[in-house]
Amino acid sequence: MKENVVIIGGGIAGMQAARELLLLGYNPMIVEQQDHLGGHVSRWHRLFPDLSSAQDLVRRLGEEISEANIFLETKVSYINRLSGGYLVMLTNGVSIPTKAILVASGFRLFDASRKEEYGYGVYDHVITNADLEAWFGGAPDSRIPSSPRSIGFVHCVGSRDLKAGNSQCSKVCCMTAVKQAIELKERFPDARVYCFYMDLRLFGKKYEDFYINAQEQWEVNFIRGRVSEVGETQDGQLQVKAEDTLVGKPLKLRLDLLVLMSGMLCNPDAAAIARMARLDVDSDGFLKSLDNLGGTTRSSRPGIFYAGACTGTKTVPEALAEARSAALDIHRYLQEA
Amino acid sequence: MTDFGFTLSRSATVDLDRVDRSRYERLVALAPDARICMNCGSCGATCTAAPFSGMSLRKVLLGLQRGQDVRPLLDSCMLCGKCTMVCPRGINTRRLILSLSKVYD
Ligand code: SF4
Ligand code: SF4
Ligand code: SF4
Repeated sequence: MKENVVIIGGGIAGMQAARELLLLGYNPMIVEQQDHLGGHVSRWHRLFPDLSSAQDLVRRLGEEISEANIFLETKVSYINRLSGGYLVMLTNGVSIPTKAILVASGFRLFDASRKEEYGYGVYDHVITNADLEAWFGGAPDSRIPSSPRSIGFVHCVGSRDLKAGNSQCSKVCCMTAVKQAIELKERFPDARVYCFYMDLRLFGKKYEDFYINAQEQWEVNFIRGRVSEVGETQDGQLQVKAEDTLVGKPLKLRLDLLVLMSGMLCNPDAAAIARMARLDVDSDGFLKSLDNLGGTTRSSRPGIFYAGACTGTKTVPEALAEARSAALDIHRYLQEA
Repeated sequence: MTDFGFTLSRSATVDLDRVDRSRYERLVALAPDARICMNCGSCGATCTAAPFSGMSLRKVLLGLQRGQDVRPLLDSCMLCGKCTMVCPRGINTRRLILSLSKVYD
């Protein structure tokens, strides 16, 4: 009989790990609380750096794991320690004995309405990166005007923000802002687009080329200053305030659309799993790896492994690579067990 | 003196080897959270006095580290506390400004 491996979370990391575990001869069982697989990526439109389709990635991964057991709209209700393994009980009544559990519970997008000064949910034309991505994917959004003349992006919303309780940099949102700025210019060539940043963190493969392209071809304006507040003018336009820190002067600007780059937090459900399985939480609120260099996929508990954004913000290729690595770790663990 | 047809202006370089940082050091002794300013500019963006005076707490902190006299900026502060509300690093900017007055005793 094939050995079970319970995978908590059916985002791209969980899916990729399931694929590898199938190929290694195991019986991966994905527990996913949504009614579909793919997590955040399933709600994204195009992925950097090649602007490839997020839907294609999720579809491809889905095809590769057609043999896996998948429980949708299901959560873990208990994890009990057995001798040499665990008993995982699900909200659908199923209980699974297993020697290995992979936590791939991912991240939660920061709730932008918590930064009240930006007026998300209050002003008519303030949206988030995720809202914009959904609109790119074809979902209607009445907050996006039909021909905006000026569009702003606010970097670091809920990230690098001690007041929001989140000191860390979410890592992907600078690049996402540059990508989305270009994508908006493709649709609205006459609009002026501004990115308000504190530091541009464009560290990955081809990211800097996007930046150069955004400047050169698309004439995106980069302003070094954090937007401190957003207001609405009498005629319904947005007005943002920032300091242009390179010039050293306060700056105000009217906009027709404002996009907030909401950052990543650890999925709060991971905290519940951590309690059930007695896992450690790191100082940044994400699950704590055995060590943050060579042991990112390992926890301090035997047989419990991690993949993807449950241990920290990850790009798509990082999450996929970590899932492959976790599958190998699990394989070795089960062979030795 | 030979007239070369031009005059030497004061160097525009910040000579960090010579800059007097003593006031900044005194400030961070009184208000240690000044050290974690990340120059985001939120304080200056929202400052009530900024549009008229150019006040920006960010510029005050940076200026002190570069040996500048920041009193002209400070003079315009009304201690309204708006900068405290927007600072993402949670710096107690009001306490900082009050400490600054001691630095210039
Ligand atoms: S990646 Fe950029 S936008 Fe995102 S938190 Fe880091 S600095 Fe801010
Ligand atoms: S307290 Fe002073 S520096 Fe801060 S916002 Fe008010 S006037 Fe500006
Ligand atoms: S808002 Fe805070 S972190 Fe930002 S520049 Fe002002 S003092 Fe520094």
